[in-house]
Amino acid sequence: MAQVKLRGVTKSFGAVQVIKGVDLDIGHREFVVFVGPSGCGKSTLLRLIAGLEDITSGELLIDGERMNAALPSQRGVAMVFQSYALYPHMSVFENMAFGLKLAKADKATVDERVRQAARILQIEELLQRKPRQLSGGQRQRVAIGRAITRNPKVFLFDEPLSNLDAALRVQMRIELSRLHEELGTTMVYVTHDQVEAMTLANRIVVLNAGRVEQVGAPLELYQHPRNLFVAGFLGSPRMNFIKGVAEAVRPGQLTVRLPGGAPLAVPVKNGSRGVQAGTEVTVGIRPEHVVAPERADAVLKGGVLVVEQLGAESFMYVRTEGEQTVVARRDPSIGVRPSELVQVGLQAKACHVFGPDGLAV
Amino acid sequence: MGGARRIVGRAFFYLLVAAIVVYTVFPFYWAIVSSLKEGSALYRVEALPPDPAWGNYAAIFAQQNFGRNILNSVIVAASVVAISLFLSVTAAYALGRIEFRGRKLMLLTILSVSMFPQVAVLSGMFELVSWLGLYDTLGSLVLSYLILTLPFTTWVLTTFVRELPKELEEAALVDGAKPFTIIRKVFLPIMWPALATTGLLAFITAWNEFMFAITFTLSNAKRTVPVAIALISGASRFELPWGRVMAASVIVTVPLVVLVLIFQRRIVSGLTAGAVKG
Amino acid sequence: MEAVRDRSELLGAAAAAEASQLTRQRRRWAWIFVLPMLAVLAAVAGWPLVRTIYFAFTDAHLADMQDWAVVGLENFRLLAADADWWTSVLNTVRFTVLSVAIETVLGTIIALTLNAHLPGRGLLRAAVLIPWAIPTVVSAQMWNWMYNDLYGVLNHVFLALGLVEGPLAWTANPDLALTAVVLVDVWKTTPFMTLLILAALQMVPAEIYEAAKVDGVHPLKVFWRITLPLIRPGLMVAIIFRTLDALRIFDLPFILTGNSRATSTMAIYARQQLVEFQDVGYGSAASTFLFVIIGIFTIAYITLGRVRLGAGEA
Repeated sequence: MAQVKLRGVTKSFGAVQVIKGVDLDIGHREFVVFVGPSGCGKSTLLRLIAGLEDITSGELLIDGERMNAALPSQRGVAMVFQSYALYPHMSVFENMAFGLKLAKADKATVDERVRQAARILQIEELLQRKPRQLSGGQRQRVAIGRAITRNPKVFLFDEPLSNLDAALRVQMRIELSRLHEELGTTMVYVTHDQVEAMTLANRIVVLNAGRVEQVGAPLELYQHPRNLFVAGFLGSPRMNFIKGVAEAVRPGQLTVRLPGGAPLAVPVKNGSRGVQAGTEVTVGIRPEHVVAPERADAVLKGGVLVVEQLGAESFMYVRTEGEQTVVARRDPSIGVRPSELVQVGLQAKACHVFGPDGLAV
Repeated sequence: MGGARRIVGRAFFYLLVAAIVVYTVFPFYWAIVSSLKEGSALYRVEALPPDPAWGNYAAIFAQQNFGRNILNSVIVAASVVAISLFLSVTAAYALGRIEFRGRKLMLLTILSVSMFPQVAVLSGMFELVSWLGLYDTLGSLVLSYLILTLPFTTWVLTTFVRELPKELEEAALVDGAKPFTIIRKVFLPIMWPALATTGLLAFITAWNEFMFAITFTLSNAKRTVPVAIALISGASRFELPWGRVMAASVIVTVPLVVLVLIFQRRIVSGLTAGAVKG
Repeated sequence: MEAVRDRSELLGAAAAAEASQLTRQRRRWAWIFVLPMLAVLAAVAGWPLVRTIYFAFTDAHLADMQDWAVVGLENFRLLAADADWWTSVLNTVRFTVLSVAIETVLGTIIALTLNAHLPGRGLLRAAVLIPWAIPTVVSAQMWNWMYNDLYGVLNHVFLALGLVEGPLAWTANPDLALTAVVLVDVWKTTPFMTLLILAALQMVPAEIYEAAKVDGVHPLKVFWRITLPLIRPGLMVAIIFRTLDALRIFDLPFILTGNSRATSTMAIYARQQLVEFQDVGYGSAASTFLFVIIGIFTIAYITLGRVRLGAGEA
C-alpha cells in the first residue's frame, strides 16, 4: 500500500486554480522528486501534503488515513524549508529539540534523539551555536536535523539546496542520497533543478501548470518522455525539436519528411495516435544522438551558429533548413567554426516523434 | 564659470542648512539660557546668562512640587504603555498573520480611532470618569490615554509582525506549535526591538498629552508634567514665571532629546513603518 | 482509474467546503487574540464617542450630568447661527492651510537636503528631530516666552534690527496671533513631515538620478519632472495625515493664546463650551460637528492613501 496517496487533489486560491487534479501514489521508503518550472505548483503540492495549505477538493491519505483536515503536526511529516527557517534566538540544540519539547517528550528522549541526529549529520560540535554563527551548508544540516529528530513518516523538502552555491549543492546532493539510504524514510523533494531530480529520485513527478505530466524513474522519463514538455524539460542542453510533416504511416513505423526534404523512418510503439499523412509532427532527438552524416538515417544541412566548449565535450549549434536550430554533442577536439557549412545526421532509432497535440507517438 | 556657480550654490546651500539648524535649535537653547536667569536677569535679553543660577530649578521642586508632577507622568505613561503593549502584541499577531473574516474592517476601525479628535470623546469620557469615580486621579488618565496609544501600538506592531519571515512560523507549525506558543516562543524573542521602539513612541505620546490631563485632574498633586508647565506661576505676583517655566521645560526635555538622539534611526524607521507603509 | 475518479469527485465536493483543522484553529485563536484589545478599545473609544454624540442631542450640564432632556437638533441649530463658532471654524481652516503648506514645502527642502548625502547631514537630522522630541506644551511655552511683548527675545531682535518700530504683541494682537501659532506649529511639526517625505525619497532608486545626470537634466527639472511625481503617493499620505492633525489641534493654540477668539480652533471652542460654560449638550454638538468633518477627511485619507491591509502581502 502506498504511504502517501493523492486522489483528485485540486487547490484554488480564490478564483485561480493552481493544482488541477493530481493523482499520485508515493510508496514506502521512496525518494520522490516533484520537478517543474516556476509556478507549476510543485511547492504548493508539497505544502498541501504538509498541511500548510488547505486542499480545495480531493483526498490526501497518509498510511491509509485521510489527512485533509489534520494539523501538520498530526500528519507525521517533517519539513525542510528553502531558507532553513531556523529559530534565530535558539541554539542548534534547541532548534532541533523544539518539536520534541512541544510534543512533551521527556528530557532524556529529547537529548538522545537530538544527539543521534547530530551524529548522522556530523554537526555535533555545533550544538551550542546560534544559527547566525553557522555557514549556509551547516544551517541546512541543522534544518534537516530538526526534521530528523521528529522521526517522521515522510520527509518533505522544499527546494532545500537553492540557496547554496554550486559546489556545496553537489556535495549536499550526495549527502541527501546517503541520508536516504541510512534512514530509509519516505522523502518527497521539490526542486526546479532537473539535475537534482535525475540524481536523487527513485521516481520523478514532472509538473506543469498544476498538472502531472509524467511520473516514472529518471531514466524512463529521460528515454521515454510521454510528451513534448517532459522531453524538453529533462536533459541539458534540451532535446532538439525539429518540425516535420508525416509522410507515410505504417504499423510500427512512421515516416517523416524533414525540412530540406530528407525522409526519416522512425520506429514507433504506440500505434499512430491519429497521425496521418500530411499531419505536422515534431521529431525529437537529444544532442548526444545527433551523429556524423555517415552513420545517419537522415541528414540535415546547415551553417554553424556557435560552438560551446565545455572542456569534456562541446556543443555545436547548427542552423538548418526550415529555420531550425539543432544542437549536436561533439568531442572537444572538433574543429568547426561559426558560419561553416556542416551536415548533421539523425539516427531513426534514437528519435522521438510527437504529434500535433504534443504527445509522443 | 561652472566652478564659480557651484561654489555659490554650495555656499547658498550651507547657508540654508545653517538657517534651518538655527531655526530648529535656537528655541531650545534659549530655554536653557532663560532657565539659568533669576529674577531681574530675565528682563534683560542677553545671549548668555551673566550669572548662571540654579534658583529656578530649586524653586520648582521645592515650591511647585514638580517632582510629584514628574512622578505622576512617569506612572501614567508607563502604565498606559504596559497595558497597550500587552493588549496589542497578541492582537498584532492575529491581524498581521492570520486570515480571518472581518480583519480588514477591524484594521480600518483601529486606524480610524487614531483619527478621532480628542474633544469628540470628551463629554462621554467625562461621564465615564465620573461614573467610575476616577475624577482627579491618575486612573482617569491611564484610562483615557488608551484611546491614543492602543490604536498606535496595535497598528505599528501589526506592521512589524507582517515583516516577520513566514517560513519561521510555518516551521513552528509543522513542529506542532499552537498559535499562542508561536507568539511566545518564536515571535516575541525576535520582536523585542520593535516592542521597545513602539513602547518608546507610545510613552512619548502619553507623556505629552495635555487636554485630558488638564480636564480630568484638579489638584496639583495629581497633575502631570504638561499641565504643570502650562500652569507654573512666579514666586510673587510681580515676578515673571518664565525662568521657572523654562527650568521645568529643560528638565523634562533634556532626557527626551537625549533618548531621541540615541534612538534616531529606530525612531525614524518606526514612524515611517507606521505611517508611510500603512 | 475512471471509477476512482468519479468517486473522488463526489468526495471532492464534500471536501471543498471543509477548511482544514489548522485553518479553523487559527481563525478561532485570531478572535481570542483580538478580543481583549477590541473590548478595551470599545470601552475607551467607542462608548465615549457614542455618548458624546448622544449628548449633542440633549441639554445636559456639567454640574448635574444625570438630569437632562433630549432637545433634538436644537444645539445644532444654535451652533449654525453662532458667529463665534464659525470664527473658530475659519481659524482652524486658515491655520490648517497655512501650516500644512509651509510644513510641506519646508519639509521637502529639508528632506531633499538630508537625502543628498552631504556633509553635515547627521547634524541636520539630529537638529531636526529636536523640535519633534520636545513635548507640545513645552514648545508652546518656549515660544510663548520668545513671543513675550516686553521681554521676549524676538521683539528684542526685531527692534534691534530696526524691522519694527515698537514691540509686537505676538499672541495678544488678533492680526498677528494666528501667524504666531502657525510659526510654532511649523517649528514643531516640520520634522515629522520631513521624515515622511524622506522615507518617500529613499524609495526612489538612485539609478534614476544617475540616468538624469548622464542625460544632463537640470537639477530643478529633475525635481519637478522626476522626483515629485515619484514621491507623490507618499507626499499625499503625509499631507492628508497632517491635515487631519491640524484640523483637530488643541494644545498649541490653547497654551499660546488661551480661548482668544482670534485663534480659537474648533477643538478649543468645543471644550470651552463643555468645561468653562458647562454646557455639555452644546459642547458635544460642536465636538460632533468636528468629528464629522474629520470623518470625511479620514475616508479621503484611507482611499487616497490606498492602505494595504492584507496579511503577508508582499
